Amino acid sequence: MSAEPASPERKGWFARLRDGLAKSSRRLADGITSLFVKRRLDAATLEELEDLLITADLGVETAAKLTANLAREKFDKEVTGDEVRAAFAADIAAILAPVAVPLEPREIANKPFVVLMVGVNGSGKTTTIGKLARQWTDAGKSVVLAAGDTFRAAAVEQLRVWGERSGCPVIEKPHGADAAALAFDALVEARERKADVLIIDTAGRLQNKAGLMEELAKVIRVLKKQDPEAPHATVLVLDGTVGQNAHAQVKTFREMVNVTGLIVTKLDGSARGGIVVALAQSQGLPVHAVGVGEGIDDLHPFEPDAFARSLMGIEG
Amino acid sequence: MFEGLSERLGSVFDRLRKRGALSEADVTAAMREVRVALLEADVALPVVKTFVDRVRERAIGREVLRSVTPGQMVVKIVHDELVDMLGSDSQAINLNAPAPVPILMVGLQGGGKTTTTAKIAKRLRERDRKKVLMASLDVTRPAAREQLRILGEQVGVATLPIINGETPAAIAKRAMTAGRLQGYDVVILDTAGRTSIDEGLMAEVRAVRDAVNPHEVLLVADALTGQDAVTTATNFHERVGITGIVLTRVDGDSRGGAALSMRGVTGMPIKMLGVGEKVDDIEDFHPERLAGRILGMGDVVSLVEKAAETIDAEEAQKTAERMMRGSFTLDDMAAQLKQVRKLGGLGGIMGMLPGVGKLQKQMAGANVDDKMLKRQEAVISSMTREERRNPKILNASRRKRIAAGSGTQVQDVNRVLKQHQDMARMMKQVGKMGGKGALAGLFGGGGGMPAPPQGGGMGGGLPPMPGGGMPGLGGGGMRLPGLGGLPPGFPGKRK
Repeated sequence: MSAEPASPERKGWFARLRDGLAKSSRRLADGITSLFVKRRLDAATLEELEDLLITADLGVETAAKLTANLAREKFDKEVTGDEVRAAFAADIAAILAPVAVPLEPREIANKPFVVLMVGVNGSGKTTTIGKLARQWTDAGKSVVLAAGDTFRAAAVEQLRVWGERSGCPVIEKPHGADAAALAFDALVEARERKADVLIIDTAGRLQNKAGLMEELAKVIRVLKKQDPEAPHATVLVLDGTVGQNAHAQVKTFREMVNVTGLIVTKLDGSARGGIVVALAQSQGLPVHAVGVGEGIDDLHPFEPDAFARSLMGIEG
Repeated sequence: MFEGLSERLGSVFDRLRKRGALSEADVTAAMREVRVALLEADVALPVVKTFVDRVRERAIGREVLRSVTPGQMVVKIVHDELVDMLGSDSQAINLNAPAPVPILMVGLQGGGKTTTTAKIAKRLRERDRKKVLMASLDVTRPAAREQLRILGEQVGVATLPIINGETPAAIAKRAMTAGRLQGYDVVILDTAGRTSIDEGLMAEVRAVRDAVNPHEVLLVADALTGQDAVTTATNFHERVGITGIVLTRVDGDSRGGAALSMRGVTGMPIKMLGVGEKVDDIEDFHPERLAGRILGMGDVVSLVEKAAETIDAEEAQKTAERMMRGSFTLDDMAAQLKQVRKLGGLGGIMGMLPGVGKLQKQMAGANVDDKMLKRQEAVISSMTREERRNPKILNASRRKRIAAGSGTQVQDVNRVLKQHQDMARMMKQVGKMGGKGALAGLFGGGGGMPAPPQGGGMGGGLPPMPGGGMPGLGGGGMRLPGLGGLPPGFPGKRK
């Protein structure tokens, strides 16, 4: 998959994700296992299976598809819980495989590589920026952060702390300043510093607030005045606990600001992030990474197999 | 992407309407749709199952079989049951304890605890005239305490001075001591966000709880939450013990099924709703509205209330009276256009109306937007007073002048005039219906509407905005603002 930073964390991420998902996926797995010790796959069982997938936020449509898939192969046959889980995991991994694309700042002639972080309130944009800054700094890149959330109280301070932790300069303006102006200045300054990467934080906004979405579009327009290629990546940070509204989020942000990929956060909780599977089917946007905690190293590349197996509660 | 339950049930109910009776098979078919609609609204599966069983029980049987329009009856049963489950009355934050009353805020990361803390504090200070102290126990997230301090300054509520290196329980104790010594009525403790399966952090919040014995423990939860809502709510309830739920981001476009899930598994009331980013954006919880929203039936009640708040009641009353008499001038029309904009523009209104999905598509097609409202206002304000009172004198050269004056084309002027005529005609009709009938007309798109106002939403009759008239921002849309003068009659209509 991706070139991972050579750190001792390597073995840890899957375990951590699994630990995080453990309780919930165990319930899912237990559910499936209790459905079958070994029994005939009939209509009633299929319906129960579909329900179990729905409880993981896969959504009605995706759950129906997966169950139909299973039915096509195994209907009326004797199956065990393990077989069913393996079959689901394989199908889910197959859906996810094409979207697992890591986010790596390319070497470009016209530096810096500009990453714009967007998302609804409280999805974890600032924390994710802190983690990305650390990863890319460790990989030898010079990273500059722009505190573009000029709305929420203490958002700038929060990013400043992350900047200190990863040793990245943070460009800021006073609370209430124009976010687009800040983005513009940040790009100028990042250029002067000859930085490799500029990560721009933005205020959280609900996608149905047309005015706020327009403001985001303006940030991009302003960036393009300096560099028509910028932003090189626009990442939508998606809360792992989100339900079906994720579809609307991705769709609207994509239309308004041309989102290039997703990062899914808070997968260390009881939420299973099954919505990712549904999104992979409906939108097909790259999933860059998953957040599994509040620590600076708790951001990991998205690995479809591991994710699918974790979701279905398969060990190892 | 998600149609409302009403649309989803459309085909099922079309059939039902024709036959006028409801068999067990029909109910089963309808319940399948109800189930999917609820799941797509993010209601958690176990809660959906309980709910559907309850509705099924009530739906099969006399109640429905004898009703004239069984389809409407089913939606009504679903709606009522939903209201019932959400809590039949709204419950305020309970401050009935010796001062300082400790309130503990808990929840996942990013749920909106800190913002909500400030909003509640402001409300208690202003509405209940309480002296409130806020303290942040969040020693995890960078600048979290700073955030609460700044918010405190914004809303004029004191915050506990920050001392580094204290444990959350120690901060909580210090806050309570400060509260006692300085004569505060309420102390709100904002905790760090935590996942409900992190034993360490859950123990920490229990330690805080044991230290201060809070009178209210409010779970702050995101209305965008999916199926996980049950797990989170159950865990917080089992491990900390909550007394109420505050739902945030209700101003988003999620269906908010999480509310039903959390209420369903904890039995704890939903006390408040966060409805925006500003410090005043917090509201009491009204089960009927959320029920309508979960079912995708819009939120007509909120719209009416918002209209009542925003619109100059006297002005609206005058307009309404004139309308009843059948005289509706271009000045009235201009006033209405302004009111629509005050209500948050067409987008704001649309968001609250039933069946918007379809309408919004039509609007997009007809290129109706808020700019058009402004243009129409410009056309009207380019007329002389005489012209506005008596549009009949508008000959071709006057129209040309108006177009030039408002920066539009003569066609635009004509369109405004045509629209004014349509509206005046409709107003006259409404006037004829009179009294309550008029209201029914405004909402149901026709007289003689059966009991629940929601019925209008599920039938074919999209209430106040007939799609057909859209291009010119057809009359229907314009009727809404007039409601401002009428709400006294409206509450009587919903039970």
